[in-house]
This record gives sequence, structure tokens and C-alpha cells, in this order.
Amino acid sequence: MAYSEKVMDHFRNPRNVGEMKDPDGVGKVGNPVCGDIMELYIKVKDDTIVDAKFQTLGCGAAIATSSMVTEMVKGQKLEDALKISNSMVAEALGGLPSQKMHCSVLAEEALQSAISDYRNKKGIK
Amino acid sequence: MGRIYLDNNATTPVRPEVAEALAGMLKGCYGNPSTLYCIGQEAHVEMEHARDVMAGILGCNREEVIFTSGGTESDNIAVLGVARANRKKGNHIITTKIEHHAVLNPCKALEKEGFSVTYLPVDKYGMVDPADVERSITSGTVLISIMHANNEVGTIQPIAEIGKMARAHKITFHTDAVQSFGKLSVNVNELGVDLLSASSHKIYGPKGVGLLYVRKGTKILPIMFGGHQERSLRPGTENVPGVVGFGKAAELMAAEGPAEEARLLKLRERLWEGIKANVPHVKLNGHPTMRLAGTLNVIFEYVEGESIILSLDEHGICAASGSACTSDALEPSHVLAAMGVPPEKSHGALRMSFGRENTEQDVDKVLEALPKVVEKLRSFSPIYKDFLKQQQTA
Ligand SMILES: Cc1ncc(COP(=O)(O)O)c(C=O)c1O
Ligand code: FES
Repeated sequence: MAYSEKVMDHFRNPRNVGEMKDPDGVGKVGNPVCGDIMELYIKVKDDTIVDAKFQTLGCGAAIATSSMVTEMVKGQKLEDALKISNSMVAEALGGLPSQKMHCSVLAEEALQSAISDYRNKKGIK
Repeated sequence: MGRIYLDNNATTPVRPEVAEALAGMLKGCYGNPSTLYCIGQEAHVEMEHARDVMAGILGCNREEVIFTSGGTESDNIAVLGVARANRKKGNHIITTKIEHHAVLNPCKALEKEGFSVTYLPVDKYGMVDPADVERSITSGTVLISIMHANNEVGTIQPIAEIGKMARAHKITFHTDAVQSFGKLSVNVNELGVDLLSASSHKIYGPKGVGLLYVRKGTKILPIMFGGHQERSLRPGTENVPGVVGFGKAAELMAAEGPAEEARLLKLRERLWEGIKANVPHVKLNGHPTMRLAGTLNVIFEYVEGESIILSLDEHGICAASGSACTSDALEPSHVLAAMGVPPEKSHGALRMSFGRENTEQDVDKVLEALPKVVEKLRSFSPIYKDFLKQQQTA
């Protein structure tokens, strides 16, 4: 098993890492397969994600996909962000080893969960 | 950047003298050791010299040493071979929860054949209680298989004590000594074992070669069928260069004796003291004293093992982990689980295992890199953040 250079780049220098002050939405998810944990924070303005940050405990793929998903959602309309799938994140990273695909699910789920948290807070169904 | 190899329990670099012996065999000595003409006999002589070396280390007769393709095959022949040969006598096997999969999986295969297997627990240090062994023995017990030293945490089991018990009950006793052969005393009579597995690539020999000691008179069946090689217990033309390399490696280990183990122990303790002094929230896995000199298994709380390994690799340091994320099965270490370590803690387990190429400078370089690596990973660990918040409010 080897990670792509892009995965290693995001692992080495994760983008948008850390906790966010007063986020508009928070997604907290755990990976039932291996027990990893990801938290994704978003700031939303006019239905658009203006900022995203994350904290992750997990393998190289988990950290890299977390980093990548925060990059991908910034500037996206919520409805477009909801269309981001785990395989799109994996693809953006130049692919993941097959036994590591489940790690990218964490990123997708964290994003979905952060958006629904935002909508719940706003009372949007 | 020089590489610092700290995964000697996984495998070891072939030492130069061994490489030379191997090359000599590959280049000049191609004969089949079962043939009678000169080049066959040359190969035979070289191979039998290796067998004598092994017999010397094990304190057994040369005929009791069977060369195999490695530790896995030795374990399989021992477990499957003894169980199947004794089926009429009984169908019960005793082993432990912390064995290598080369023992656990043959046991699982035997369960499908109708055997029942007791997997003994271990204490928090990874130690088996001989009293548990005694309690588990039934009239149908045909095999006890307990490893000498554990590959993940290094804990050394009370094999001699269990050996006495096995003998008193006339039960065949196998030990997987893959991690201890060449390092600890493995005299088969002192240990009281009937079978013992060893592997070449853990002692600076080539990969794909090992041995099984089988005490004379032990009832055992082969798992592979063919020619008469290795007393028909392991048919097939032997890996002659491999056997000769293994023999050379074992000879050199025996010559060095306990001095090298003492050196490794010093390195290991220097690293552990340094980790304790420089990294908060760490925990040692394995027995404090009854442990392989070169094995250090540490839990770094609030981080995950694969991410530590990848980060250390960036610093040229090679180590291993007990984290679910590093195993293809995505399951946390079964050894740490048996020791009562919850999955979220074994997630952060790192195994560093020393070998003959390691130096004090290596330890100091690791101590420079490791605290930074753990600190960085903790800086974006959600559970570390929660822990810090909890501390502030408390
Ligand atoms: C305790 C133990 N048993 C068996 C094996 C398997 O040995 P081999 O790699 O030679 O098949 C290993 C090596 O990983 C081991 O550590
Ligand atoms: S998140 Fe655990 S394997 Fe990737």
C-alpha cells in the first residue's frame, strides 16, 4: 500500500486545520470500521460556505481527506456542497488505496452532518 | 538522511557475513543435497553443518531439526500435524489469545475439523498464567501451543514452567520461538518443549527459511506430501542457500551471546526514558522486566498509529503500529486487546524494535523527532482538544 504524492502532501501540510471559533455548523462523525474521529466546522453566509476547518484523529488517508474536503467546500453553495461524495474527495487526492476508501466516507459524512447542523440551528428543514 | 530502522521484530537486515555465505552457495553450490555425486554432497555437507549449529543452540539431536520455509510453516506443521496425528486420543488444543496468526489461524482451521480450542487469556502485561494452563487441561487435550516471546509487546512467557506441566500430563507442547530464537536461551530440554518454531529473517538471515524442532517420538503428520526430505515431514528439495544463510546467522547470534541483548536493552531503556521525559500521556505495553531486550511498545494517547508511522517515515524512521488503521483487516491489535487495552487506546500504539545496526545516536534522533510528531498530530486531534477542555473546567 502506498499513498499518492497528493495524499502525502495533504497529510504533511493539512489545510484549514484546527478548531473554529463560533462555527455556524459542526459535523462530528466517527468511523465505525477503525474507530477514527473527525470534526468539521463551517461558516455560512448567504447559503454559501465561506470557511471550513477540521480536526481529525486517524490514519494518513483520514487526515488527507479531511484536509481536501475543507478545500473543496470553501466557496460552495450548500446545495452544491451536499453533492460532494467521498469518491470525489478521493479522486481529488489522486486516488486512495482500496482498503483506505472507507476513510474518505468520514469526510463526506462530516460534511453532510455539518450542513444539517447548520440547517437545524437555522430552523431550515 | 540516514535511515533509522526500528522494526526488527518485523524483519531484520541480512548481515554481511550471511549475505556472503548465501552468495557463495548461489554461485558455486547448486547441487541437490539428496543426490550422491560430489556437488550434491557438497550441498549436503553445507546444509548439515547448519543443522548441527541449530542442534547445538537447541540442545537436541540433529535429526530433530526440520528445515522449513519459515516461521509460518513451522507453526502450521506443529499445530496441524500434532492435532491430526492425535485425533484418536482427543480433540482439544490449548493456546493463547496473543499467538501470532501463524498459530491462531491453523487453530481456527482445526475448529472447522472438529477440534475444540481453548484460547487462554493474558494479564495486563501480556503474560499467561501457568495455573490457567493447568486448569484447562482435559483428558482429551492433545496439544499445548504457547509462544515464547510475543512479537508485538515482547513479553516472555513462563515456558519452562508450562513445559513441566505438559510433561506431567503427557501432552505434546509446542512453542513459537520465532522472536526469541538466537536471543534468549532456547534449550528444548530446559524449556520442556516437544516442538519449537524459529525463523531466519528475524535474526539477520534470509527470508523464507525457518526450522521446526520435533522431539524424537513425537506423534506428528506432515501437512504436505512428496519426497523423503526432512524426514518426510517437510518434503521438497530444501532451500539450501537459505538454510546455509540461516545457519550462519544463528551461529553468529550464538557467538555474540547475551552481550548484544544487553546492548539492545540499554538502547531500549534510553528511548523509553526519553519518551517519558518528553512526551506526556504515554503508556508502556508489555511486561516491565520479562520482555525481549529490543522491544518497546508505547501508546501515545489521543493520536493514531498510522499517522505516527507516516510522520516518522518523513524523518527516516521506520516503526510499526498496533492501530486498526495499519492492519489490512482494520482491526486493532489482538494482542493489546487481550491485554485489556481498549481499541481507542491501542489506536495510538507504536512498536519500536531494536536490532544490531541501531546505535545511541539513533535513539537520540528518534527522541528529537518523535515528540514533535506527536505534538503536531495532537494539535488537530479532536479528542485531545476535548481532553484539554475537560482539564480546564476541572
Ligand atoms: C511470533 C511469530 N511467529 C511466526 C512468525 C512468522 O514467521 P515467518 O515470517 O518466518 O513466516 C512471526 C513473524 O512475523 C512471528 O513474529
Ligand atoms: S481512518 Fe482508520 S483506516 Fe483510515
